[in-house]
Amino acid sequence: MSDRARKRAMRYDPLHISWPLWVVSVSAIVFLIAPVLLLVPMSLGSAEIIEFPPSQIGIDQYRKFFSHPAWQTAVLNSLQVAVGTSILSTTIGLLASLALVWGRFKGKGLINAFILSPMIVPLIVMALAFYISLSKLGMLGTKLGLILAYTPLTLPFAVLPISATLRGFDRSLEYAALNLGASRFQTFMKITFPIIRPGILTGAIFAFMIAFDEVVIALFICGSTAVTLPKKMWDVIRYEIEPMLPAISTLLLLLAAVILVLTGVLQKRIARRMTVK
Amino acid sequence: MEASDTIVIDKSAPANLWQRPGFRQILLLTPALVALLVLFVYPISSVFLRSVFSPDFTLEHYFYFFKTPLYGRVLWITFQISILSTLSSLIVGYPIAYVLRRAKPGVRNFFLLAITLSFMISLLVRNYSWIIVLQRNGVLNTMLDYFGLVDQPLKLLHNKFGVMVGMTHIFVPYIVFPIYSVMMGMDLNLEKAAQNLGASRWQTFWRISFPLSLPGIGAGALLVFIMALGFFITPALLGGRKEQMLSNLIQIQVVDLLNWPFASAMSVILLIATLIVFSIYNRYLGVERLWGGLKT
Repeated sequence: MSDRARKRAMRYDPLHISWPLWVVSVSAIVFLIAPVLLLVPMSLGSAEIIEFPPSQIGIDQYRKFFSHPAWQTAVLNSLQVAVGTSILSTTIGLLASLALVWGRFKGKGLINAFILSPMIVPLIVMALAFYISLSKLGMLGTKLGLILAYTPLTLPFAVLPISATLRGFDRSLEYAALNLGASRFQTFMKITFPIIRPGILTGAIFAFMIAFDEVVIALFICGSTAVTLPKKMWDVIRYEIEPMLPAISTLLLLLAAVILVLTGVLQKRIARRMTVK
Repeated sequence: MEASDTIVIDKSAPANLWQRPGFRQILLLTPALVALLVLFVYPISSVFLRSVFSPDFTLEHYFYFFKTPLYGRVLWITFQISILSTLSSLIVGYPIAYVLRRAKPGVRNFFLLAITLSFMISLLVRNYSWIIVLQRNGVLNTMLDYFGLVDQPLKLLHNKFGVMVGMTHIFVPYIVFPIYSVMMGMDLNLEKAAQNLGASRWQTFWRISFPLSLPGIGAGALLVFIMALGFFITPALLGGRKEQMLSNLIQIQVVDLLNWPFASAMSVILLIATLIVFSIYNRYLGVERLWGGLKT
């Protein structure tokens, strides 16, 4: 090896990031985030058309959104469906996780895979499946129908964070409680549940977000009687020019930011409570 | 001491109150299993049944699918768009993961925050934002015109370009997280060793860093490919007539043409294609790894 090559090798720093790499990666980040952020200033336009940059600044679009009955109904429907789904799939998911993480029985891996399997089925297939099944029961266009359709869909995303938290839970705390005379039920309610609560909440938030944002199944099932926010947005994006959309998008962007902070806080709590790493 | 007797834990017995075999576990699993049987297995099998019974057993819908050139083309487009969007997500996502591994905590946290935020924003909003950017009198064309770079607006929407941009934008986080988590487990001293043995920077990357990140690339790419095969929203909103994928045709068959049996047959074909790709994933990585990179 020549002297120069040796010197170069000595100077080599694996943590060094060359400037072309900076340009590429920062552009990639801009690509991910800029288009959505662009909607924020556009939401402040007051005109009847969507323009960039907006010629007037105002919050008319937000005012219009919050006073519009059809949009109010859509938001309310979405909230009800998402909360219902979240409660149902988190409850089912918690019970299943308790058995799957702490139990020892034959076929555990298989059942685990079965519970996670709705993740890989294309949404359009689920949508058609529910369209056919719910139409037999006369449940198309109902919020209950939507909740039932979203439950298997969100179950894996509730189970994953709950199982992860259970795996990190120090079970000797339970023996301590039992030895101090607590019943099994008391032990669960007073020791286990409070400690794994951040994991359960994370699962519930994931389930909520997926149900709140789902559009493909909604297109098939909503009908005109249970229109959710994504379904209404879909119709508007597809068939009209709606100056309210940047404002609605900005609100959803804020929701994403709030959820991000919330899950971040919960993640820290989980990490702090886990003694088994 | 008598008291000590009560705190002895019998090591041979299951250590936990939930760990007793049998009844309790069945009870705990029942709601999930019943829910999945009624709300997942039953609806999916009714799609399958619809595709072969109408009302007598028939495979005509499958034959029709495979002998009509239009559907062969749609199947090809579906695979083509899936492969291309997986590749472009890798091209955008890999440098991010590479920089994440090496950047200082401040930059790393900022990058992670941006990626996670993008990941959490509503799919519809993300697609809509690209309509605003790419449409004829959209942000990009306005800017290009302002700087005098084009004479007339470029057609960026309702074509393959629009679909690729929209899908890449959605898939990049799914690529970054698995590659990043694999890279975090990589020993950077190996690169130093390669340098000391006389390798150039280029050689160091292609013969050391890149091969070591391959498991992450595989996991991310397969996950994205599985999602892309059944993707519906982006081709419908950002694509033109030529970019309609299998899922878009299923929707048209159901909603516009009310042809449930044929839509069911197409759904079964899409599901089987997805399962084939997934079995490759499962063979090499296991179902538990799916989405696993997103937990932290």
